[in-house]
Amino acid sequence: MLAQQIVNAISLGSVYALFALGFTLVFGILGVINLSHGGIFMLGAYAALLLISKFFLPFWIAIPVAMIFSGLVGLLIDVLILRRLRQRQASHLMPMIATIGAAILMTSLAQGLFGSEARRFPLEMFNDENLKLGNITIPLLQAGITTLSILLMLLMVWVLKRTRLGQALRAIAESPRAAALLGIPVERLFYLTSFIAAALGGTAGILIGLSFNAISPFMGQPMLHKGIAAIILGGLGDVRGAVLGGLFLGVAEVFAITFLSSEYRDALSFGLLFLMLLWRPQGLFGASATRSA
Amino acid sequence: MRLRPLTALLTLLSALIISMASPAGEIRIGLTEALTGPASQYGTPIHNGFILAQEEINAKGGISGNKIVLIEEDERGKKEEAINVYKKLIFQDKVLMIFGPTLSNSMFAAGPVANAAHVVAFGTSNTASGITDIGPYVFRSSPMEADVVPVTLKAAIKHLNIHKVGIIYGNDDAFTKSGYDVFKQALEDQHIPVVDTETYSKGDVDFKAQLTKLKAADPDVIICPCLSEEGSNILLQARALGIKLSFIGGNGFNSPKLVEIAKTAAEGTIVGSPWFDGNPSVQNQHFIAAYRKKFGTDPNQFSAQGYDALFILAEALKKVKLMGNLEQDRQALRDALPDVQIDGATGKFAFRPAPPHNGKPGGYDANQTPFVYIVKNGKFVLLK
Repeated sequence: MLAQQIVNAISLGSVYALFALGFTLVFGILGVINLSHGGIFMLGAYAALLLISKFFLPFWIAIPVAMIFSGLVGLLIDVLILRRLRQRQASHLMPMIATIGAAILMTSLAQGLFGSEARRFPLEMFNDENLKLGNITIPLLQAGITTLSILLMLLMVWVLKRTRLGQALRAIAESPRAAALLGIPVERLFYLTSFIAAALGGTAGILIGLSFNAISPFMGQPMLHKGIAAIILGGLGDVRGAVLGGLFLGVAEVFAITFLSSEYRDALSFGLLFLMLLWRPQGLFGASATRSA
Repeated sequence: MRLRPLTALLTLLSALIISMASPAGEIRIGLTEALTGPASQYGTPIHNGFILAQEEINAKGGISGNKIVLIEEDERGKKEEAINVYKKLIFQDKVLMIFGPTLSNSMFAAGPVANAAHVVAFGTSNTASGITDIGPYVFRSSPMEADVVPVTLKAAIKHLNIHKVGIIYGNDDAFTKSGYDVFKQALEDQHIPVVDTETYSKGDVDFKAQLTKLKAADPDVIICPCLSEEGSNILLQARALGIKLSFIGGNGFNSPKLVEIAKTAAEGTIVGSPWFDGNPSVQNQHFIAAYRKKFGTDPNQFSAQGYDALFILAEALKKVKLMGNLEQDRQALRDALPDVQIDGATGKFAFRPAPPHNGKPGGYDANQTPFVYIVKNGKFVLLK
């Protein structure tokens, strides 16, 4: 049973990790907690669902299109909301409140368009295959999600550390004004970041929609709570931290169920979060004084 | 300036007209269900059932010539909204009585408002224990889980040879928690031990950790007083983990969605319900045909209960002489309701007074025998 629970923990954790990845990126570079990330996550799932079930696009076209669509939604939010607040040099609180508004708008919109029932992708598309190792069942789709979130994390780390783009982004994270003085097109890179983060968020939504019967207008909210917990655990704004924070949260939840009781699951995992904030307010990866992207 | 007396007169007149807004020939009834939000999957069918019944009653001349007018509101499955809507219907729209809200949670919040104002609050989908403890103005036509569950369990035990069970339920929702309490009591009464109890929270989609633990505890059957959305996820993940056991559900499993989403994973699932679509009675077959024709979809238990509820009201109104005095009329209706008996789409229906609670009089519960189903080849069939 323990081996199965470890598999369960990793598969749950990688869902959180994937969600937290885009979430933390926006915070690291734009310095904004974008609470509409849950809404983008949800719209991404609906976009893919619509493309597959209404327009009968094959899977491998629908998913990239839905990713780009979510990216564009994120870009739109940046252009319409975040950019204006940046121009006014608004405090940290304002983008948070404004993006809550955007999230409510998206939820109501989805509810009006698609209804409030939970949906899933047509089951026949995949023959829900499971990998059996002795007594352990590994759902293949979830193995895919885990692999993908780790790959995406590595890709993001590589881009940030090894490319000129990453260098520019890290400079912006350090100080947007100094970066602008150095000739870095700050505003354009803000847009790019919002786009990439939202595309990642949408991807998380699609993948969760693929593995559970979970596409509903309200799917973003609980995930947002877990996502915030994951990025705080890992260190705000740190890409590696988001993934490890997500995995850590998954492990904490599953082990709480295994060794204590499912009644105490949230008490334990959010209690851990509280302890983490007391012990290491900067999270697992956050460097205390400097902001890292 | 010379126009002033005329304007004053007009204002007075229009005020008079507004105060008589309930002209003879209309019986204003409040109907508030969750038409948006997650609970709308229950609220919308209920609402449809009422609309169908209203059409049929009014087409046959209404209640001794008076038409039934439904003042429709959306309470969005939220407690706060249910309270607001109740206040609007009682004090502003001045309705005779109110049907709804959809969820037990909301009735617990809004019911006391109606009870204090001496207006009948009539739930058609509230199955949690304690709803009618609110007071003597609270009625429901939905049998309590406490009535349905023991019957379901007895039938399941007979069918499946059950000696020990596992349970999984949502512990942060009045409906699923109350379902759990009822199952626990029924299991105690029938001396069936529970080998493992697992919980989850609203919004969870991954139940594999809980299910892995349940599997290791090796029960004969898994009891799942869950809503159908979580329920279908639980069923699918249980099958993926190699759990082949039957599931027993509460009222939330009474939804065609369960089979539609979980497909073969739902095979062998057992539920109890006050309505059976295969019930050959004339009323039921007429209801199903009329509903399909009007809404283009199949009715479910919730629409049948909404449909029947308006006929229960119509039956009560036949015995009430409406005097045009709102307070007296509301009281007269309240006094006529408990004796109503009908034979509707859900079968024979009567009320049963709820026992007094803390020395205060209670409301009225449904007195109905449930049907027990099992999912076979993707369809709910009667468990014999």
